[in-house]
Amino acid sequence: MSVTDDYAADFATTALPLTAARLPRQAPLLAGVVALALGGLVGVVLQIPWVAVLVLAAAVLVVALPTWAYAVEGRRGAVDRLMTILVCYAVLGALVPLVWVLSYTFIQGIPAIDWSFLTHDQTSRLDPVTFKQLPGAGIKHAILGTLVVTAGAAVISVPIGLMTAIYLVEYGKGSALARIVTILVDVMTGIPSIVAGLFAVALFTELGDPGTRSGIMGSVALSLLMIPTVVRAGEEMMRLVPADLREASYALGVPKWRTILKVVIPTAFGGILTGVMLAISRVIGETAPLLVAVGAVDVVNTNILSGRMETLPVFIISKYKQGQDPLELAWGAALLLIIIVMVLNLAARIIGKIFAPKTGH
Amino acid sequence: MTHIRRAVVPGVAVLALALSLSACSDDDKGGTDGGSGVSGLSGDVAAGGSSAQESAQEAWRAGFGADNPDVTITYDAVGSGTGRENFISGAYLFAGSDSAMSDDEIASATETCGATPIEFPAFISPVDVVYNLDGVDDLQLSPATIAGIFNGSITTWDDDAIKADNPDADLPSTDITPVHRSDSSGTTDNFTDYLEKAAGDVWKTPHSSDWPTTTGETGEGTSGMVDSVKAGDGTIGYADDAGVQGSGLAIAKIKVGDTYVAPSADGAAAALAASERTAGTEESIITFDLNRTSTDPSTYPIFLASYEIACPSYDDADAAKVVKGFLSYVISENGQKAAAANAFSAELPRDIADQAQAQIDKIS
Amino acid sequence: MSSTTDRPAAPEGESLLGRRGLGDRIFQGAATAAGVSIMVALAAVFVFLAIRGSAGFTADKSLYAPYTSFSPYAAGLLFGTALVAVLAMAIAMPFAIGVALFLSHYGPRRLVTPIAYVIDLLAAVPSVVFGLWGLKALAPASKPIQEWLNAELGWVPLFGGTLSATGRTVFLAAIVLAIMILPIATAICREVFSKTPRLHEEAALALGATRWEMVRYAVLPHSRSGIIAGMMLGLGRALGETMAVLLVLNAQGPKVTFKILTSDNPATIASNIAQNFHGEDVDLQVVLLATGLVLFVFTFLVNFAARWIVARSERRFS
Repeated sequence: MSVTDDYAADFATTALPLTAARLPRQAPLLAGVVALALGGLVGVVLQIPWVAVLVLAAAVLVVALPTWAYAVEGRRGAVDRLMTILVCYAVLGALVPLVWVLSYTFIQGIPAIDWSFLTHDQTSRLDPVTFKQLPGAGIKHAILGTLVVTAGAAVISVPIGLMTAIYLVEYGKGSALARIVTILVDVMTGIPSIVAGLFAVALFTELGDPGTRSGIMGSVALSLLMIPTVVRAGEEMMRLVPADLREASYALGVPKWRTILKVVIPTAFGGILTGVMLAISRVIGETAPLLVAVGAVDVVNTNILSGRMETLPVFIISKYKQGQDPLELAWGAALLLIIIVMVLNLAARIIGKIFAPKTGH
Repeated sequence: MTHIRRAVVPGVAVLALALSLSACSDDDKGGTDGGSGVSGLSGDVAAGGSSAQESAQEAWRAGFGADNPDVTITYDAVGSGTGRENFISGAYLFAGSDSAMSDDEIASATETCGATPIEFPAFISPVDVVYNLDGVDDLQLSPATIAGIFNGSITTWDDDAIKADNPDADLPSTDITPVHRSDSSGTTDNFTDYLEKAAGDVWKTPHSSDWPTTTGETGEGTSGMVDSVKAGDGTIGYADDAGVQGSGLAIAKIKVGDTYVAPSADGAAAALAASERTAGTEESIITFDLNRTSTDPSTYPIFLASYEIACPSYDDADAAKVVKGFLSYVISENGQKAAAANAFSAELPRDIADQAQAQIDKIS
Repeated sequence: MSSTTDRPAAPEGESLLGRRGLGDRIFQGAATAAGVSIMVALAAVFVFLAIRGSAGFTADKSLYAPYTSFSPYAAGLLFGTALVAVLAMAIAMPFAIGVALFLSHYGPRRLVTPIAYVIDLLAAVPSVVFGLWGLKALAPASKPIQEWLNAELGWVPLFGGTLSATGRTVFLAAIVLAIMILPIATAICREVFSKTPRLHEEAALALGATRWEMVRYAVLPHSRSGIIAGMMLGLGRALGETMAVLLVLNAQGPKVTFKILTSDNPATIASNIAQNFHGEDVDLQVVLLATGLVLFVFTFLVNFAARWIVARSERRFS
């Protein structure tokens, strides 16, 4: 293969002295500063916006450092430098939209957030003279609705998802049923979210009257979307648990189910929890299924079994479509939704870290 | 059993948070409500339909709720078609609709209600023609010119037809980008109805809630329309007055008779007052053939009249009382003022309101 | 990947004791029941879609505007769905692989944890927020890029045509979707990268390979199936994404066009359902449900094909 030829050729020219020539340790930093300075200089001269200056500096760096490395370290060093820069650019590129979305939401949403925003629902009073709606309406109803509906979805999908993962990894190995279930989990990831919502509506209106809307309907719809993610995360993580651990447990005479609960799950716990959190953060912002299945309401309703509920994503989109209200309320709700997910995420990580047993790896 | 505890902790945390918050909310409610309401009305009523009415419905519920704290009325802004369908299926006790029920729908609704349903206008809003064009802030347009712009036969802002409408304006040669609603909406229905009736030969397609062509820029909902018009230069679109207020977009004046009229709530109300009742309908169906071609400069012809649809009798007597009380409030002077103040709608002409009240009084 | 569990069945408790405990049987029953419940749920969704949507295959001609029958209508929508999702995939994948490499092999340890957390945060941003942000912030900001592409590279069919006045194009929708699927694709890639046998990596380094050569010859070949799995999950999410596309894309119903910078854009199945389901025309709903079925089946085929590729490459490398 050409790979070995390349190696041989490279080694023939560069490997003779035991230490090949290297750029100084600070070379990337130096090149970065020079590129930035150059970009800045051109920016000042040509009066181009700061974004363009950064792009220009990045382009200079991606050319300059590998060229320098090529001169000193040879072709392999240059390629290595180039790929390192590209990897770092990928990270920066991924961070840009995140910082942008978060700061944009923050700037748009923060004026809306105050105490009454968090502690009132949307029922407002009319000014007796001008008939204008008085300010002070908030989104407490939507916060509670989102928490209740999402918790409902988690309560449905985490046990089913984890038990399915246990079945696939521990019991169903190689059986026809396991193969079918694996395929079906794949199929499930393909359920369009709005179809999940429509399904929940069809299911519950079959049982009740046609106007039935309730939080549990949203939970069912969301759990359809959540289960595959939970199964996958659980499966992936449990497969990572070394067979040695299981065998050690069996050798001690521990029954299989105790082994799963005591050895496999705790070992995979951190990963499973992260998977569940990712699943929750995927569904907590779902709008379309909640729009059709849970409806919208102005007041607090925490009874998951009956009556419409407001949820944050639905609140955001309906405020946007309604148009006339200042969008501040929608952005405030968006900011709050992101904060809730962040807090849940962080909490899960901390819990996962505390509870996960120390592994050797 | 530590493993179970481990798995359950996050779930419990969320539940506990939700429950504790809801506990607070119950306390709140008990504190402010102070027992049963003064009106004696109570119960939950589900309604829905027209999204154009959403802001007005919010104001009405706020106004009605002040006197009836034990009543919970929900209004799903799911769109007029779905609203009527859900009304017919019995899911909604009353519905808001941007267009009048068809004969088939009236027949089905009659079956649901056990008698001919009640239908009356409750929300009248002018539809503005909005545009975004550098250096032009006083645009005047005749119906034929608007139709030409939206059917694509007028493509630049310095077209002779636009010049003829605006003899004094300094029009640039920018390309025109017409924007239409991407979702199905009563606003589109009324706008195309206006073009069909007023623009004569220039507009050839019949009015419909969906825009007749699938080209050009679009906006999702009123906000999407306003955003799209704002985003480009040389864009023009149509939007409910409520969505345009405060958006900073320029609003065109529309040719009525020989003068150019700016949209106004009064103009829309005057245009409805100049419209004829739909012929051949039952007394309880108060719908109108909207007059788009009046030459009276006090009228503004591009407007949306949105109806409320209800049954004359309900199985649940409490619910009937709530619907009756709420709809009476909606068309009352205070109710119409609340809608006008919050949704920038026109107040319903009093004689039409009186006809509607006579029908609402029959609800039992 | 499965080497840890594919060993011959361990001598489990029952073989020593001669019988299986009650707890074991109950637990296995519960696990199997969970697996079966997924089959039931899925069958229920499929049956519901098929029953409610079946009338949509042969509905009134006018409902299929601008076409006159179901097949071209659904094909047009499917084209839009695939176009947006594939473009999003193509944009996201290099970033996902780069970020995953940074997290698994390149990044200093003290940066890896916070950056991994921050990328996960991207998954925490609700799609409706991405939609609003894409519409209000990214669309105007991306207009210069779109103008440049249209002006300089307009001879490429993809970038030709009349530039959209608002920037709400397939190009913009693909960028927004790419951002949305980045976390899931990154997470999967990182997972498989970090599972490269330590021995292979160290062997490569011991032979004098640079870091990139180690990645190129030890990590990437080992991870090919995992990368495909990451793409597949990302694609699955992109295909069904509703709200963000609805807000960001200036869709014009089903149509086939490869010009991604104009205002004449194909709708996606999901956004088309969300847009029209609550419309004036109630009869259209069955047609939309039928298109939902098409999306469902299509996503399944994509997933199935990807799984087949994964299985094949796993065979090759074992």
